[in-house]
Amino acid sequence: MAIESLAALMDAGAREDLFEVIVRSDCVDRGVTREASIARMTALYDAIRRARSGYDPALRSRSGMVGGDGAKMRAHAQSGRTICGPYIGGVLAQALEMGESNACMKCIVAAPTAGSCGVLPAVLLPYQERENLPDAAMVRALYVAGAIGQVIAQKASIAGAAGGCQAESGTASAMGAAALCYLAGGSAQAVCHAAALALKSLLGLVCDPVAGLVEVPCVKRNAAGAMIAMSSADLALAGIRSAVPPDQVIDAMREVGDKMDVSLRETGMGGVAATPFGQRVAEQMMENA
Amino acid sequence: MNLFDILGPVMVGPSSSHTAGAVRIGRMAHRLLDEGTPVRADIVLSGSFAATGCGHGTDRALVAGLLGMQTDDERIKDSFAEAAACGMAYAFSRVNLAGEHPNTAKIDLVGASGRTLSMTASSLGGGRIAVVALNGLRVRFSGDLPTLIVQNRDLPGHVRDVSDVLARDGVNIATLHLYRDHPGGDAVMVIEIDKAISAQRLDTLRAIRGITAVTFVGAQEEE
Ligand code: SF4
Repeated sequence: MAIESLAALMDAGAREDLFEVIVRSDCVDRGVTREASIARMTALYDAIRRARSGYDPALRSRSGMVGGDGAKMRAHAQSGRTICGPYIGGVLAQALEMGESNACMKCIVAAPTAGSCGVLPAVLLPYQERENLPDAAMVRALYVAGAIGQVIAQKASIAGAAGGCQAESGTASAMGAAALCYLAGGSAQAVCHAAALALKSLLGLVCDPVAGLVEVPCVKRNAAGAMIAMSSADLALAGIRSAVPPDQVIDAMREVGDKMDVSLRETGMGGVAATPFGQRVAEQMMENA
Repeated sequence: MNLFDILGPVMVGPSSSHTAGAVRIGRMAHRLLDEGTPVRADIVLSGSFAATGCGHGTDRALVAGLLGMQTDDERIKDSFAEAAACGMAYAFSRVNLAGEHPNTAKIDLVGASGRTLSMTASSLGGGRIAVVALNGLRVRFSGDLPTLIVQNRDLPGHVRDVSDVLARDGVNIATLHLYRDHPGGDAVMVIEIDKAISAQRLDTLRAIRGITAVTFVGAQEEE
């Protein structure tokens, strides 16, 4: 039984822990045992942790536009001069580091895509450390994040080429918000509303990678996606609900994506990609091809 | 999409379609050639693979896959040097393959024994791929399930022969597709099955008259 809507998830989650609902659905979906499913998700969490330790601030991406910012942010987070405080500073650093690792051909875990791979690690890894949570809890939260992504993929899209960056960064942020809300003890309803609040905050975001590369603006959007995941989780935990029902937010995201001009869907022809800076980088890449 | 299409693949960046998908395409060709690392690879990049492939490492990813690497192998970015070390010559060209998916590569391989393979495959997004042509015939399969590929002359009775052999091993067929160029000409049977098939059975299939090649590719190994 694949989970088809957030309404279905909220319904099932009112009676039973969300993780149980989702792991069962995965077993049916892929024809695997519960143990095999959990083992694979546990391996995935290990891969996320390995990806974190693979960060190298000295690396630069193929175009040279990306690299080293994660380390800058990490130093700043510990400087005592942050606006957001050291904890959020660390989250931002993690988001940038993972995005940079991806751009520099290090190993990462796409979640849901490679371009948006920094959001989930950025909200989950520091939270686990601060709250001293066991890995098993984090693995359960990954199921919740994954189910949110599945519903969005099914009802709309998770590809920038199809739905713009709202579909990638927006989905990553919604997944992160849901996972955090779940870990903090939020109800299934709160979890799904956290996801909807995040998605709504990034609604309309275009996909405009400079020279078509997953570098600019992608890396820094991971930081933004992580922030919105955290704020959305806290709103939902406070008892605040998305006025628009969560499934309708996803429908709206799809509609916005359908209306988005093709130049704003990963073609590298609109948005920041079309700026004089973006065009210059694109020309340089063509010359070096 | 299943849960692990959303979370994953574990991959070397930067792009699931242009890097991870490209590794899988190269690796699929490697496995279809079925005799280890090829000695020569001619690779045609089409569409967006040609336009932005260099910045995404698509070229290095394809070569890495041809060497047998998986999507999470950190040697992907050094695959050109690895290819030299393994004695695999390669050449790239950029041609627009009309009518194909935007992210498509055509790969022609020569193996150590002189065996050749021609494969065209597309990267569909999220690292998922589809083989769309094999040795000049249009086909379509993903390699997500264990897949048996039987090349034969288009003669009556081959489907029965092959399914008999599979039944003897208790192998259940999930899907079966036939492709041919013209009646009585070259044909390909693509059979997705639920579990692996023994090497011995593959040899039984190879011995059937009119069958020219049999290749088995196991399900995409996962992290
Ligand atoms: S701008 Fe496009 S390529 Fe970059 S992260 Fe967003 S959706 Fe992905």
